[in-house]
Amino acid sequence: MRALTWHGKHDVRVDTVPDPQIVNPRDAIIEVTATAICGSDLHLYDAVIPGLLPGDILGHEFMGRVVETGPKSTLKKGDRVVVPFTISCGACFFCTQGQFSACDNSNPVEKQEASELMYGHPMSGLFGYSHMTGGYPGGQADYVRVPFSDVGPIVIPDGVPDEQVLFLSDILPTGWMAAENADIQDGDTVAVWGCGPVGLFAIQSALLMGAEQVIAIDHYPHRLDLARGLGAKVIDFKQTHVLEALMEMTGGIGPDAVIDAVGMESHGFAPDNLMDALKQKVGIGADRAHALRMALLAVRKGGRVSIPGVYGGLADKFPLGALMEKGLQIRTGQTHVQKYTRELLDRILEGEIDTTFLISHRLSLEDAPTGYRNFHGKQDEWTKVVLTPGAAKGV
Amino acid sequence: MPRRRTDHLTVAAVVLALTVGAGLAAGAILRPGPRRPPDSAPGRTARRSRFGSYQVAGRTVTIKAPRSRIFQMWRDPQRLADFMQDLSDVQVSGDQVTWVIDGPSGRFAVETRLVEDRENEALAWRSVDGADIDIEAKVQLRDSTAGRGTEVEAHVAWRPAAGIVGQWAATLRGADPGMRGKQELKRLKMLLETGEIATSDNRPKDSGKAL
Repeated sequence: MRALTWHGKHDVRVDTVPDPQIVNPRDAIIEVTATAICGSDLHLYDAVIPGLLPGDILGHEFMGRVVETGPKSTLKKGDRVVVPFTISCGACFFCTQGQFSACDNSNPVEKQEASELMYGHPMSGLFGYSHMTGGYPGGQADYVRVPFSDVGPIVIPDGVPDEQVLFLSDILPTGWMAAENADIQDGDTVAVWGCGPVGLFAIQSALLMGAEQVIAIDHYPHRLDLARGLGAKVIDFKQTHVLEALMEMTGGIGPDAVIDAVGMESHGFAPDNLMDALKQKVGIGADRAHALRMALLAVRKGGRVSIPGVYGGLADKFPLGALMEKGLQIRTGQTHVQKYTRELLDRILEGEIDTTFLISHRLSLEDAPTGYRNFHGKQDEWTKVVLTPGAAKGV
Repeated sequence: MPRRRTDHLTVAAVVLALTVGAGLAAGAILRPGPRRPPDSAPGRTARRSRFGSYQVAGRTVTIKAPRSRIFQMWRDPQRLADFMQDLSDVQVSGDQVTWVIDGPSGRFAVETRLVEDRENEALAWRSVDGADIDIEAKVQLRDSTAGRGTEVEAHVAWRPAAGIVGQWAATLRGADPGMRGKQELKRLKMLLETGEIATSDNRPKDSGKAL
């Protein structure tokens, strides 16, 4: 089959690799009909997430048709499914609590040591990501082996276009959980750093959850336009002092909740960010946490901090004092996708949530390297790339 | 001259480091701290790794399954060989159990006898007289807190010796038996909780342990 494989920093290629097969009883094989490039794929593209090996198949946002099932799969051949990027057994203590991304049993035993060393505990397996999360072959491919197919994949009714539901695999639930983690109360002001797909979905979700005012922060005009289109006020950090503006726009109080949808590769020329960028370049495992630092300073006293942005290592110059002295609450984590897919699918089918507005480019899987290059280099126009396997190059 | 100055600084730093280091070492040797009362932690988590002439390693894993089910699995250790990667075979004859282990430096067998058998609570095996190694392995089962299942605690105590056994012990040390043991326990947990053992391989392995 054809698959997008990682070969090093800024080096991804479409290769021919062996087709996957059923390995475990609960597996299913999916023929991919649509897959997307995620902002967190760019962290892999930039080689700032540890534990990737040359030849790894990327992609964790995908959907398709079931072509083969293991004896314990509950799917049927021909089912159309969206597959959550988190691989979860559904049976362990964490899965039964709805904490699917903390699943005990999906990260292969021999892959758990590194994350145990780095994080204290191993997390669930993820598709197309680091070997610290299992090194599972991803969905930017013709076919994917989907473990625990009786738990994760959600069956989509015929007649609903792929693009309307594809993002149930990651970014829609991720934006939703980000807003949920901000514990939004009616009338709240919520500030969101980053108007990428997760930030945009977090804005949309925050408004649905009762926020009166959402303020979006970015520096790409087109992305700020998309945020404005959802009903957010916007701050362009290239032309405005963000902290000052947030205070002034909230009557001197500060936002009730803040959402860091930027993660470990913050943009901008603040001194702390330049130092972080340098450390990240020389590879000492430092995350660029500028957006998070700003968010912690901006949020009101006793406010709530939600972090959907991806971090993988260590951060310094972290405003721990602000966190403690202001009595803040932080909630974060890889998304518990399976917990949200059913409810969000219903909201899509009812027309309450639109997910297609942020798709800027549609490419063949064969053109995926171009998609990576532009999603990485031209972030203003390239807001979301959807790939179609099987289509000819240049289509 | 900048270069000489650097040299002087280096020498001064080394002397300082040695002096401080020697002082700390002497302090530690000459003034041992008062004997501390034991704490609540299991012995194998102690900062020392030897207990008399024995080395100890062990791990605990919580499995969402009743004690009886897990006990049956251990009571019939041939079933363990079906999925434990370091265990290639188990031969049982009455109380005698021979464990055939695939170590990184080759295959070897340990002859043991079942020395403790408390239903749904504990099992222990001890090497027989004349075995290549002096070793005891024990599995204990407890109900977990908050109804989360069963805490399965497995630990091994062995006496390092010379010859092939010493070699094995050294291998064990290198391979961190605590870690390997924990991995085997986690495979058991996966099998009991999900019916399979997670792998990111995209195709079945031709050889090795298939379920």
